Amino acid sequence: MLIAGDVKKIHVTRLSYSGAAAIVTRLSLGVLWLAGVVWLVAAYAHAASPPLLPELSPLDQALSHITSEDEAVREAALRVVIEQGDSTVIPRLEDIRATADRPVRLAIKPVMDLLKNRAKLESPEADARRSAATDLGTLGRPVAIPWLEQAAAKESSKWVRYTMQESAALLKLAGDDQAAKQVAVNTLGRLASQNAVPALQEIVNVGIAEGASEVQQSLAEAARASIERIETWAAWSAAIETGFRGVSLSSILLIMSVGLAIIFGLMGVINMAHGELMMVGAYATFMTQEAFRAFLPANLFDYYFAVAMPMAFLVAAGCGMLLEVTVIRFLYGRPLETMLATWGISLVLMQAARVYFGDLTAVTAPAWLSGGLQVMVGVYLPNNRLFIILLSVICVLTIYAILFRSGLGLRVRAVTQNRNMSACLGIPTRKVDAYTFAFGSGLAGIAGWALTLIGNVEPGLGQNYIVDSFMVVVTGGVGKLAGTIVASLGIGGLNKLLEPGLGAVYGKVCILVLVILFLQWRPSGLFAIKGRHADS
Amino acid sequence: MSETKKNDVTTAPSPAEPGSSRREFLVQGSKTAAGVGIAALLGNLGHWALSYAADKEPIKIGVLHSLSGTMAISEVSLRDVVLMAIDEINAKGGILGRQVKPVVVDPASNWDLFAEKAKQLLLQDKVAVVFGCWTSVSRKSVLPVFEKNNGLLFYPVQYEGEECSHNVFYTGAAVNQQAVPAVDYLMSKEGGGYKKFYLLGTDYVYPRTTNKILRAMLLAKKVPEANIMEEYTPFHHQDYQTIVGKIKKFSAGGGAAVVSTINGDSNVPFYKEFANQGLRAEDAPIMAFSVAEDELRGMDTTALVGHLAAWNYYQSVDTPQNKKFVADFKAYCKKNNLPDGEKRVTDDPIEAAYFGVHVWKQAVEKAGKTDVDAVRKAVYGQKFLAPGGEIKMDEGNHHTHKPVLIGEILKDGQFKTVSRSKGLVKPEPWSEYTNPDKGCDWISHQGTYQKK
Repeated sequence: MLIAGDVKKIHVTRLSYSGAAAIVTRLSLGVLWLAGVVWLVAAYAHAASPPLLPELSPLDQALSHITSEDEAVREAALRVVIEQGDSTVIPRLEDIRATADRPVRLAIKPVMDLLKNRAKLESPEADARRSAATDLGTLGRPVAIPWLEQAAAKESSKWVRYTMQESAALLKLAGDDQAAKQVAVNTLGRLASQNAVPALQEIVNVGIAEGASEVQQSLAEAARASIERIETWAAWSAAIETGFRGVSLSSILLIMSVGLAIIFGLMGVINMAHGELMMVGAYATFMTQEAFRAFLPANLFDYYFAVAMPMAFLVAAGCGMLLEVTVIRFLYGRPLETMLATWGISLVLMQAARVYFGDLTAVTAPAWLSGGLQVMVGVYLPNNRLFIILLSVICVLTIYAILFRSGLGLRVRAVTQNRNMSACLGIPTRKVDAYTFAFGSGLAGIAGWALTLIGNVEPGLGQNYIVDSFMVVVTGGVGKLAGTIVASLGIGGLNKLLEPGLGAVYGKVCILVLVILFLQWRPSGLFAIKGRHADS
Repeated sequence: MSETKKNDVTTAPSPAEPGSSRREFLVQGSKTAAGVGIAALLGNLGHWALSYAADKEPIKIGVLHSLSGTMAISEVSLRDVVLMAIDEINAKGGILGRQVKPVVVDPASNWDLFAEKAKQLLLQDKVAVVFGCWTSVSRKSVLPVFEKNNGLLFYPVQYEGEECSHNVFYTGAAVNQQAVPAVDYLMSKEGGGYKKFYLLGTDYVYPRTTNKILRAMLLAKKVPEANIMEEYTPFHHQDYQTIVGKIKKFSAGGGAAVVSTINGDSNVPFYKEFANQGLRAEDAPIMAFSVAEDELRGMDTTALVGHLAAWNYYQSVDTPQNKKFVADFKAYCKKNNLPDGEKRVTDDPIEAAYFGVHVWKQAVEKAGKTDVDAVRKAVYGQKFLAPGGEIKMDEGNHHTHKPVLIGEILKDGQFKTVSRSKGLVKPEPWSEYTNPDKGCDWISHQGTYQKK
């Protein structure tokens, strides 16, 4: 069209010169005559020009039509581009888009998305293939159905294949073919696809509306059955997810409060700076990461996290030791003074971190801990949470081993039960105190290390967790590790059970009220120490 | 800042009283103080020589931002930029031939302390103007102080509106300059045509009011009630498992977006959980109103890439004056050995705090004096070529006409502008959706008034 236009222009100029020279007086007639000639010449030129130029492929032709002013022409051209499905035209589309007007840009965008996603279906990365399949499903172009089906046939990863099938079925559902729709409804039901519920509901609504045809009614029937299937599945998966969330929160609570359970529970020291020892652990992790970034090659970076664990433990334990030797040692048996002193220390540590590290600092989770594991349709278990669950189990086992299977543990238990008697028997109680405190602090450091996977590293980090930790220890019963474990499981699980219904704010309020009521009923917690306690 | 302290020392000695040891002590004290004073004078000699202000009193202005406590993370940058703006003004000879002297106080993220420090600035230091506050609760707490003592506050942060004080100029965005256009964008064809909205926020006044307005707006635009979810979390909430699970269910089938007014340190756990549970920005984008470059600086941005934010300015805005502003700010932070030095970034509240100082300067020059009533009148209609483009102070409602920019978060913690309003958006302190009958005007009305 463009070419024909150009030819036309040339003829017009040439003819108008001759026309102007020949006919001056009969201008109006001349113009008419000229117009006729031009039309004829143009038509001839149009018919004659193609053989002179190289043959345009339909794709090229369509590309040249995309920028047309006429919306219908544009749409037709885009349809051709989509049907060709050739992803090599993407750069050319980009070029067109860069200079085109807004409506053209808006029209090109979905086409480009479609083609890009088609190309991505072949990507070597499973995540890219999967997100491409999801996008094709939501773009709503039926042309993508065969692409998805072909890709699904040779797909090796189970969940990527699932997404491809789901997307293909969703597209079929949106189409006009009744038989295909019927198949899609059943497939989606079989796949337990949450994403299909709105579309299926739509079909049900059409089916039960007055004046629905028989086909629509039978389709609605099938859709209803599919929705039921999906909902049942969703209920189960929600139950599993809630369970997992409860366990995950419990493991976080547990890992935060085991250190406190030892310091507060076994030694009777109310350590308000416990949260800040967690913060110290988190900053130790951050420093290790920065050191790896600065001094070691990039391919070793992911190992920093493993190295950071002993670092976090040792730094926090060192801080704890220092705290014990300089402050807490002089305040044993004076809980109020200890509380105030450690609270002051916590403020000092917090502001020190703020001054030294400044704002938020980020710990990048290593690649193997980001993302999640899909165990069934709709159920994702994030890797970082799985890791923390495992870690808390290991921590508890280690603590039990140390307390009940080692010489130090024996001494710690002895001092806890009766300090004076232990001293008489030659146990160096001061040293045992210092070690116990350092060990508890080290555990806080490990908690801080693990928490960098969940949240950010900031000076106020400890404050966010300290109240929850105390709540767990007190509910569990002071002095009993088993109590801490059961209490964190109980509080974490209950929290996650209440939260979906009540929301995060009221869920928390409700938990606090329940804990208060519980402590009214059993003031010494779940597992009270039986028998006579030396200090009480 | 150091200057104030030194001056405090020079004025410290009180008249001598009987009692030899006490007198001796005082004499010695004043000697030391005089010594320090001389040292301070010598140190400031260069400064003094620059201007001829030696015979004129400097203009004192207050800076009321938390330098410690939880809000320090955000507010310290605002103090820095205000001091930088003052330096710029002083380097060019001050205002009306007088140097400008900042009085910096630290309200320590404590709302009661904000009111106390504001009182101190107004009554004791007698500052001409105060630049300060971040959270709405801190602004609400100083408001009576400013109104009672006829002070002047420039407030640089986007906020929930529904306020129309005679003593405050709001250089941040009102809800109709940030949240409303952002949701408009999400609903538009260009923005993705989203139909379901999950309004998620931290539980305090800004998210609650903003979401109230957004809900009214969505209902007015015929979005069914069932397609709007509203949820709040406590401050410092860390466990977003359940909420992300809910979002996943809500967004199934597509067409859903999350509108987030989550504040501060809860953002990282939220975005992390969002990504870890398999949700992507393409399925359900998160549109945030409280995440800017300065917060992103300290975050691991991997989980945030592709999500959206709405502001009136980004560091990436491509204007010559912005390039200069960004470079100046980095140079200023480096020169003064501020934490992170050259790695510092600018963002919307920083820009708003910066042009606030300049708008005030222009107003003082127009009024010819620093008197609050005169300056206030002069601020109306004042224009300034801010880093993000020219802004204009409203003629009567104490707010600022600003452009609205929707940005996409990039890997390096910067934003790519994906949509920009045509021209400046007029501020509406009272939203047309929740309070259609109310207006704010200090010229033809006495502040908030009932529209007929």
